[in-house]
Amino acid sequence: MTQQILIAVIVLGLIGAFFAVVLYFVAQKFKVVEDPLIDEVAEVLPGANCGGCGKAGCRAFAEACVAQGNMDGLRCAPGGEPVAAKIAELLGCAVMQGDPQVAVVRCNPSFCGDKRRANYDGLTSCSFAATVFVGESGCAFGCLGCGDCVAACQFDAIRMNPQTHTPEVDEAKCTACGACVKACPRRIIELRNKGRNNRRVFVSCVNKEKGAAARKTCENACIGCSKCEKVCPVSAITVADSLSYIDFTKCIACRKCVPECPTKAIRDVNFPTPAKKAEPKPTPEALGEPKTELKVEPVAVPQPEPAKA
Amino acid sequence: MKTFKMGGVHPEENKISNDAAIQVVPVSAQMVVLMNQHLGAPATPVVQKGDKVKVGQLIGEAQTFMCANVHSPVSGTVLKIEPVKDAFGLLKPAVHITVEGDEWMDTIDRTPDIKRQCDLEPAAIVSKLKEMGIVGLGGATFPAHIKYSVPEGKKAEYLIINAAECEPYLTSDYRVMMEHAEEVCIGVSILRKALGVPNAYIGIESNKPQAIAKMQEMARQFEGIVIEPLKVKYPQGAEKQLINAVTGRKVPSGKLPIDVGCVVSNLGTAFAVYEAIQKNKPLIENILTVTGKKLPTQHNCLVRIGTTYNDIIKHTIGELPATTGKVISGGTMMGKAVVNLDAPTVKGNSSVLVMDGDEARRNPEMACIRCGKCMNACPMGLEPYLFSALVKAGRTEEVQQNNILDCIECGCCFFSCPANKPLTDEIRLGKNRVRAMMAAKK
Repeated sequence: MTQQILIAVIVLGLIGAFFAVVLYFVAQKFKVVEDPLIDEVAEVLPGANCGGCGKAGCRAFAEACVAQGNMDGLRCAPGGEPVAAKIAELLGCAVMQGDPQVAVVRCNPSFCGDKRRANYDGLTSCSFAATVFVGESGCAFGCLGCGDCVAACQFDAIRMNPQTHTPEVDEAKCTACGACVKACPRRIIELRNKGRNNRRVFVSCVNKEKGAAARKTCENACIGCSKCEKVCPVSAITVADSLSYIDFTKCIACRKCVPECPTKAIRDVNFPTPAKKAEPKPTPEALGEPKTELKVEPVAVPQPEPAKA
Repeated sequence: MKTFKMGGVHPEENKISNDAAIQVVPVSAQMVVLMNQHLGAPATPVVQKGDKVKVGQLIGEAQTFMCANVHSPVSGTVLKIEPVKDAFGLLKPAVHITVEGDEWMDTIDRTPDIKRQCDLEPAAIVSKLKEMGIVGLGGATFPAHIKYSVPEGKKAEYLIINAAECEPYLTSDYRVMMEHAEEVCIGVSILRKALGVPNAYIGIESNKPQAIAKMQEMARQFEGIVIEPLKVKYPQGAEKQLINAVTGRKVPSGKLPIDVGCVVSNLGTAFAVYEAIQKNKPLIENILTVTGKKLPTQHNCLVRIGTTYNDIIKHTIGELPATTGKVISGGTMMGKAVVNLDAPTVKGNSSVLVMDGDEARRNPEMACIRCGKCMNACPMGLEPYLFSALVKAGRTEEVQQNNILDCIECGCCFFSCPANKPLTDEIRLGKNRVRAMMAAKK
């Protein structure tokens, strides 16, 4: 009995030793030499594999960073500045500065659920619906409402509003990876600078039809009247193909254009309540002040709440 | 009786407008003529605002290879040249014409006499097809002059005319056969001459016995026209299926019919060819079926291209029933729902199909039960359920490797699916993605 056990142990031991030797040589022969820095960089990245950087995933981004030796032209949107700083430290290069951005939906539909014009019941996919017809809204440029952008978002930052059938971006969650921008067949979503205190002014329309036709399509369509272009103090607004566009790098968020727009196609977000709107502070010099003003306001709001509780 | 070998379905035929003779719909006060009524690039407008045009005058010229001429269907003044929303709401370049009188070009022979003799050489026939803006009227609107210019090194052996009219509801080809059999046969003879083939085969499904009898009687008077009665099966009228049904040949994946020596044209095209070659009349009219189960009357009508859907409805059935769910351009299998009834009709339109609210709805989608019905139904031998899964997963390369581009979008898979999965939609999306991927690689 003991002899049998002994034989088994010896035989298995010898087989094990043999394969260990084989594996050792094979491992030496096919050794993959990889820069350990890649692992370190990949460790720092968020690991969402969103593809917003244009690479296949976070590891591919890390490889690109290490291969390049610096971060020129490489940007991890979800990681933002802290991650960029960490990678730069690992690589020993300067940090690339960029303004934080956010996805902006440039469609402001005047139709609601009860105004559906086509009763489309085909495949729930914008990229398919775009090839079949104009969309429920009747606008050949506007949102199709099937939610390709929602499906593309890795961060749950974009949701479909059931009332308006258009997507809404959650600014807190949006990392500006640009997945929704690529997913939208109508190119409605744009990455724009977040702006000071998240305050942004943008034309919420991409309709290039001529004025009357655009107005017929949608009450909130840009009709290309150029009123906003004339009133802009910093020439940030250009009108081409009956469509106005605000260059976010030039815009100073003075909001002079907002009341000018006859169709309310220009939207301002995250500005103080209308009561404050009356206060004249449109000049670039005055812009420094509201910053402190607004900071007081959000603090002032939560304070009464604990008092009530 | 002959038919194609693989797949196919037999939807309810519903040829309820069979007995309605072709009626002429009057010209509207204003006409909009789209510049891309054909497969390929839009034609370039050659008229300007304020120009006077006559019926049949060239208003859009083909300036690229894959393009067809567009002619004015009415006489009047050009109001403007501006994009207009087509039947699906998408903006398309167009010429707007205010109608004044009905003055035709002098070259057009408007007499009712039938001219049998055609002395033109094959090359002259093809160039005249181009001049007259003839496109395939089976639905794809492929420019005819390209189809009949056989590339060097290839030889046409068969000319096949598609009179199968396998789509449910449609009866326009049937009415053309019943009322214009002689003209159709002359048109077929001209096309046969253009290709230099010994025989032309006209495939007609056996659910049209009167048309078969009439065409057989007429074909006896012509040389080299053979009538092929076919077993009723959808999609018999699809190019590759019709070739398989008539000749037994199979077009390999990624190849064209001419690679197996076949050229296929629609019956409506043959009629248009007769009018273009023998009567000098460009393609300015459509024969449409206006039908629907709940409509009080059924119609087949001759309309000028550019008449809006609303005008056609007004002059035929009066007004849409209140319960209308969808208006479809084309048959129930491959047709598309019209979202803009103010849109003009274009070359290749074959019907205005009014579906009632209930029959227009799709049933709710359920999970795939792996029954394989879609595979059995597919006339191209593809695996629709697989495409559905791969397209959903975004695996475009695998979709391409499984020959998605062979799909003819006939809708048999969706029709046969007991779980009501929108298989054809998913495949179309997959095809678009594959084409985009191929374009990006170039």
